[in-house]
Amino acid sequence: MSNSLVFFMVIPIVVGIILIFFRESPKLQSWASIGVVTALFGLGLYLLQEVRTQGILRLDFGGWEPPFGILFVADTFSLLLILTTLLVTIICLLYVALSPRDRMINYYFYPLVLFLNAGIIGSYLTGDIFNLFVCFEVMLLSSYVLITLGGNRIQLREAMKYVTINIVSSWFFLVGIAFLYGSVGTLNMAHIAQRVAESGSDPLLTVVSIVFLTVFSLKAGLLLYVWLPGSYSSTPTVTSALFGALLTKVGVYALFRVFTLIFNEGTLLPTFIAIMAGLTLIGGSLGAVAYTDIRKIAAYNVVIAVGFMLAGLSIGNTLAIEGTIFYILHDMFAKALLFLLIGTMIFLTNKVHIHEMSGLLKNYPTLGWTFFIVVLSLAGIPPFSGFMGKLLVIEGALENGSYVLLALAIASSLAVLYSLLRIFSQCFWGETIISAEEQRPLPVMRLLPLVVLAGITLALGLGVEVVAPYVQAAASLLDPSTYINAVLGGT
Amino acid sequence: MESIIIVLVGILTSVAIYLLLSKNLIRIILGTAILSHAVHLLILTMGGLKSGTVPLLGENAERYIDALPQALILTAIVISFAVTAFILVLAYRVYQEYGTDRMDELRGSNDEQ
Repeated sequence: MSNSLVFFMVIPIVVGIILIFFRESPKLQSWASIGVVTALFGLGLYLLQEVRTQGILRLDFGGWEPPFGILFVADTFSLLLILTTLLVTIICLLYVALSPRDRMINYYFYPLVLFLNAGIIGSYLTGDIFNLFVCFEVMLLSSYVLITLGGNRIQLREAMKYVTINIVSSWFFLVGIAFLYGSVGTLNMAHIAQRVAESGSDPLLTVVSIVFLTVFSLKAGLLLYVWLPGSYSSTPTVTSALFGALLTKVGVYALFRVFTLIFNEGTLLPTFIAIMAGLTLIGGSLGAVAYTDIRKIAAYNVVIAVGFMLAGLSIGNTLAIEGTIFYILHDMFAKALLFLLIGTMIFLTNKVHIHEMSGLLKNYPTLGWTFFIVVLSLAGIPPFSGFMGKLLVIEGALENGSYVLLALAIASSLAVLYSLLRIFSQCFWGETIISAEEQRPLPVMRLLPLVVLAGITLALGLGVEVVAPYVQAAASLLDPSTYINAVLGGT
Repeated sequence: MESIIIVLVGILTSVAIYLLLSKNLIRIILGTAILSHAVHLLILTMGGLKSGTVPLLGENAERYIDALPQALILTAIVISFAVTAFILVLAYRVYQEYGTDRMDELRGSNDEQ
């Protein structure tokens, strides 16, 4: 059964390669890729049940038993993230498929999204640290191309910065792997965890852990987020939705995996992460409040969310980790929705600053109320999905006595609420400046994916009871022995 | 032997960082290329140098060398090749669009769409 894990990576790549040859038929491309991603989503649901009954699944490629060879490991945490990734991709692809034809579709958009998915899912599944690097690169190379697609001048400029910063961070990743291999002599993550635990607190390993912290912080946008707002706000709607929802989460996942499994001892690293998360929360909030460009506001909201998640990791008790996992799932849907909404607003008005728009609620009521839902959801107001995660993280912070982080987390929620309500009140309320004759029509089909996403965030908020057992199972991250036994404890 | 290679890695890294910090696009790209060479050497050194002979000479071989770093480097070289090819094309497109290859002229302002 565990052999089917390979499908998550192989099928998107194979279908993507085949679709390259069908460049002239966008219909076929769109429905084929949506079909593939939906099928994988079904498989993911099935495997989630399997993991629940049988424990962690493992696939050793070529029959090499761990610690030799490359392997895929599926636990509840990675499967939850995979399912969310696939669902967000389905909706983003629907948004493209249902809207009027875009030029970028002709330039291999669908194959690239499939490759991007293969890289993201590979990073979630892999149990080998070098393979993690490779999957990161698969994801990054697709994102390099996606960020330049769309024919906007600014994209090229921002892409140059994005690519350069990512090359440097990938270099740090390789340096980290080289020193780790030199000191513990293995690449299997469970085996590394064992060896690191045996070696106690070797100073070299502390340095390596700081290198990894730097790498994943660059990818996730933890403190080192300066590249993020520019590149996420220059791309076309659907690309920024995919990036904002999915890419930083891979960095967050890597931080969670590495710092719960491998470098989980000592108090130095949690303190470090806590300081970085606090500064990220402050910086992100300032950015979100300061800008009037709605794309920049949305991009800074991504930064705040990353700060919040890593605050959860640094608090590190069961409540906080459960809350953070809830929050990651919620944030992927909510950020996709936010970026799609912002993109739709820009498409409808051709304006990007909040002062230039007004009274859109009269023109497009459904769009306006969907935006209001995402505001509530991101600010963490019940019954929407953001509430549960924030509540648990705050409870965890209280239990742990991390009052500074607690205050920052709550203040950042207010900054999120303020920055987004400012968009809502400026752009949707007020005097209508577009008359009914002049307004650009908003097709129902273009609105449908947005409403579906808003429905998902409401459903996730109301259906906490359904998701909770899985999230609790995923929070077993805190006990690395489960993972290590599943990988190294025989077949 | 290892120490000499490590010093070489250090020299390559400092050259690369010098190039990365310059303002010319092509120099930055050359910097990333040298950076990747430096880390490949580092990985190779981490596997140990001059301690053995050809890997995988049958089960009873007395001396052999760790083959894993070489496999890692091969993968990393392919990846850095792809990335360098891409960034060169990107730099060319940026030059076409903006008519400049200096990073400080590519800062952008807040008012543009």
